[in-house]
Amino acid sequence: MARYQNIFTQVQLRTAPEMGIALPAGDEPRIHATAFNYWLGKIGQAQLGPVYLGWSGVASLIFGFLWFEIVGLNMLASVDWDPIQFARQLPWLALEPPGPQYGFQFFVPLAEGGWWQLAGFSLTASVLLWWVRTYTRARALGMGTHVAWAFLSAIWLFLVIGFIRPMFMGSWAESVPFGIFPHLDWTAAFSIRYGNLFYNPFHALSIAFLYGSTLLFAMHGATILAVGRYGGEREIEQITDRGTASERAALFWRWTMGFNATMESIHRWAWWFAVLTTLTGGIGILLTGTVVDNWYLWAQQHQYAPAYPDSGVVDPAGLGSVGQ
Amino acid sequence: MTRILSVALAVLAPLALGACELAPKTTYQNGYRGTGMNTVKVSAAAAAEDVPAPPYTPPAAGGVRTASLYQNVQVLTDVSDDQFNYTMAAITQWVAPASEGCNYCHNPANMASDEKYTKIVARRMLQMTRAINQVNKNHVGNTGVTCWTCHRGEAIPSEYWALPSDQLQRGIVGNRRGQNAPVSNSAYSSLPNMAVANYLLGGETPQSSRVISKTVHPSPANTISTMESESSYAIMMHISQALGVNCTYCHNSQSFQSWATSNPPRITAYRGLDMVRSINFQYITPLASVFPAHRKGELGDPFKVNCTTCHRGQNKPMGGAQMAKDYPALTAGSYATATAAMPPAPAPLAPAAASQAAPPAPN
Repeated sequence: MARYQNIFTQVQLRTAPEMGIALPAGDEPRIHATAFNYWLGKIGQAQLGPVYLGWSGVASLIFGFLWFEIVGLNMLASVDWDPIQFARQLPWLALEPPGPQYGFQFFVPLAEGGWWQLAGFSLTASVLLWWVRTYTRARALGMGTHVAWAFLSAIWLFLVIGFIRPMFMGSWAESVPFGIFPHLDWTAAFSIRYGNLFYNPFHALSIAFLYGSTLLFAMHGATILAVGRYGGEREIEQITDRGTASERAALFWRWTMGFNATMESIHRWAWWFAVLTTLTGGIGILLTGTVVDNWYLWAQQHQYAPAYPDSGVVDPAGLGSVGQ
Repeated sequence: MTRILSVALAVLAPLALGACELAPKTTYQNGYRGTGMNTVKVSAAAAAEDVPAPPYTPPAAGGVRTASLYQNVQVLTDVSDDQFNYTMAAITQWVAPASEGCNYCHNPANMASDEKYTKIVARRMLQMTRAINQVNKNHVGNTGVTCWTCHRGEAIPSEYWALPSDQLQRGIVGNRRGQNAPVSNSAYSSLPNMAVANYLLGGETPQSSRVISKTVHPSPANTISTMESESSYAIMMHISQALGVNCTYCHNSQSFQSWATSNPPRITAYRGLDMVRSINFQYITPLASVFPAHRKGELGDPFKVNCTTCHRGQNKPMGGAQMAKDYPALTAGSYATATAAMPPAPAPLAPAAASQAAPPAPN
């Protein structure tokens, strides 16, 4: 084995579990059960627990379980409660939102989308309660609330797709089914209906931030692993007390591209790229159908879509063809 | 440890290739450069298929017309006796089960009799074939169609569809809402299963597959929801799978709507949809009272055709094999388009008169 090969946690401690700091007044007790796992120790911390659930965690799990059961049992019912067919057809099965005839009405009959509304409400409640948890736990530890706000950006996209945009459009039929293939089909149908989402500039921004996130993650992860032999994985210490790992990492990027992020700023870069992915994505979805109905035509109007030579093909129905 | 991993990888790696098509392929560009408009086809599939040879050398067209020879010939009245027998022989070879031959449609004791439902159907199919070869040239071109194009040696073409029965409400759970069940009509996707029926049943003005707005901003001209757009997506997937081509065979995916950037096959496909609607509505659906129950779907509608019935994964059925040219009785002549029920069969003839009137077709 190479001597300096970086293994995340080379030494696994087996001792009295580390229980963390005292909780602020008014908090509920943690669940004190803890355990050690050798294989978890290979990819992270070997100690499991303690877990803090609290009222928001308990409520979030209950709503999450409700969502899971409503979706799962509806899928199972759609194959006549046959477990074999359930397993075979699982990728195709779905719980569909109400049809266009119901508009944005609440309390649609269960089989016509009412179950979807209940499932959607449960999942939304579960996710929002989990968000409360990420906020209050960060506060309890005296941390900043960056995780909570990043999570909220993802929740924004989720709510735009499933609730806010359907509300503006006045139709649940704009929303997404719960299901593996069906939600992908929704994605494609959505792009087809609104004239190619490729030409939605916020969709483009979202993709740029998404790919940018993966690039930053790869650059940062690689840099830190590469200076692991100098203790580079102790990033926080390196921020306040810059050592040779930090110096070499910085020098590497200045040599390579003339500029380097700092041990601190690289995390802001990554955080903003990740947050902006879903933030801009949500804006792009929200504008679709509410403000712009055909992104290809919009892009032609704004000299953003390229024009190609006319193929000479004419609509046989004579209804006219727009754009280009 | 390393050895176990290597062995495991050696075993699993070929599995990862399991979905790959290894056969040689032909690729060609079919649109403007840089638009991704390329077609990739398995080379072998592009070649014309072997189709059944004519039963014997096609006879000359001259001679007395069958109208004056037989008692109950209603469609092929305008061909010679030789051509008539030649056509009957071919149809028998293409459609009738080998064990039954002529008797699949005919009563051998009385060839003129309409007592077998298969004969009523066959007569209507002859009218349909003639109509397709004359009216739908904008889809079938000069290649035309024969019974073989659909039947391929089987009494019931292997690719057909009937109205899906899973549309019924079953209570507060278990409602698939007409989708999320993999069937061939929706290209085994989770898209709506009714899509083919919506667009290909014919009769009423078909549901429009044109879901894309023609205005930049929302307008009352198009209020179709994303959910409803899935039907259009499903019929397109059906066409794509039936023809063994991808979207860019017809469309520039920049704008699925724009005709000016589309390829000419989009028009051929459009005409094909018209043709299939006419086949189903004018020729097959009216036979509902003629077909026995085992030739009908769960909702009592006859088995109908879609794009796959002829195309079977090829953009030109049978690789474009020229077959109809050998069967002039199927490509020209009069036909009835009326959607009315078939004319009632004439009263059964006396056996002696019948056998005299209708010589058995060579087999």
